[in-house]
Amino acid sequence: MRRILLAMTLSAMPATAWAASSAGGPPVEGMPQLAFGHPVQGPLLIGQIVWQVVIFFSLFLLLAFVALPKLGAVIENRRQRIESDLEAARAAMQSAEAAIAAQREATQSARTEAQAAVNAAMQAAQQEMDAKAEALNAALAKQIAEAEARIDQGRKSALGAVRQVAGETVEALLSKLGASADAGKVQAAVQREATARGIS
Amino acid sequence: MAKEGKTIDALSQFELSPFLGGFGQAIGFSQSNAFMLLALGLITLFIMAAAARGAMIPGRLQSLGEASYEFIQGMVTEQVGDEGKKYFPFVFAIFMFVLFGNLLGMLPYAFTFTSHIAVTLTLAVIVFVTVTVIALMRHGMHFFSYFFPEGAPVWLAPIIIPVEVISYFSRVVSLSVRLFANMVAGHVMLKVFATFVVLLGSLGAVGPFVAVLPLSVNIALVGFEFLVAFLQAYVFAILTSIYLHDAVHLH
Repeated sequence: MRRILLAMTLSAMPATAWAASSAGGPPVEGMPQLAFGHPVQGPLLIGQIVWQVVIFFSLFLLLAFVALPKLGAVIENRRQRIESDLEAARAAMQSAEAAIAAQREATQSARTEAQAAVNAAMQAAQQEMDAKAEALNAALAKQIAEAEARIDQGRKSALGAVRQVAGETVEALLSKLGASADAGKVQAAVQREATARGIS
Repeated sequence: MAKEGKTIDALSQFELSPFLGGFGQAIGFSQSNAFMLLALGLITLFIMAAAARGAMIPGRLQSLGEASYEFIQGMVTEQVGDEGKKYFPFVFAIFMFVLFGNLLGMLPYAFTFTSHIAVTLTLAVIVFVTVTVIALMRHGMHFFSYFFPEGAPVWLAPIIIPVEVISYFSRVVSLSVRLFANMVAGHVMLKVFATFVVLLGSLGAVGPFVAVLPLSVNIALVGFEFLVAFLQAYVFAILTSIYLHDAVHLH
């Protein structure tokens, strides 16, 4: 409504101005734009130029020093705002990327750490197992050696007893046969026979 | 004031009349100047209103103001380069003055001050003088090399220099006559066809039906005139930018 009123006032203004004034003077011959010789039009044409220069200069000054700097500031403001917002967004994106990279790195290092811990534990367990097995082997070997030594000794003593029994049997047989033999010879013969049969 | 005695009077619309009677007569202030003053007020109001809120997301008026600002600024920077930024207000003032002169002339009862050769010539002279002064200030005496291109054979100087000088001065004529002729032609056509409407309309019973033809022509002409109003303002502004380019860069 207000706009319509404004438009009506604006369009009525020149009409009223026109109505309020009349050109007067003799009729204008030819183009009024070139009627510099006409008593009414001539001075008005000259005045038109002078006033135009004044009005245009004022318009230029108003625009150049008042109106356009204001509008330019608004545009510049927005441009800077957009730029700073873009800058902030870019910075946020960069920090997000850095965070992702850090997180990835942390995951990676945690994984390698865990792997190393697993490896170390496995190695330690292996070593312990090896050591235990070795100790067990050593103990077993010792027991085996001892047992072998005992067996050997037992066999030796058993064999010694066999030889003695053999010697005594030989002597007993000989005495039963009525012969006697030197104990040393019997002993040597038994020894010889035992060696020949593989009984040391 | 149009058609006394049933003749087509297309030219009296361009007659000047003193603004507010005797007062205007005394200081030579015609209705043409009143419309210039109105244009000044509207242009300033338009830009100030567009910049008033300074909103981040512009409304319609602010968008329009910013669009015109950036349109002319783009034109000047494109033609002149970055050095042209300081001449932007001048080109903007030229563009808006011509545009509002043309557009105000489209209102009923309004006076089209751009249809006066004195006005367009004055505007062209303002552009010409400004451009020449800028060129002289930037290049000093070297500016006169503009009239004799480097590398041209010296014996051609008697031909080239007058041609260049004439073409330089003819800018004033071409700038002013182009705008003046366009506006006069448009408004004369509008007036002639409007008179046809009235003359045919008074021809008895069939008159009003026949009068529809010139009326429809006039409707088309009004649309065409709005196009011309913008186009001529654009042409004036871009030629000013091109002349500024020559002043800043010398060819």
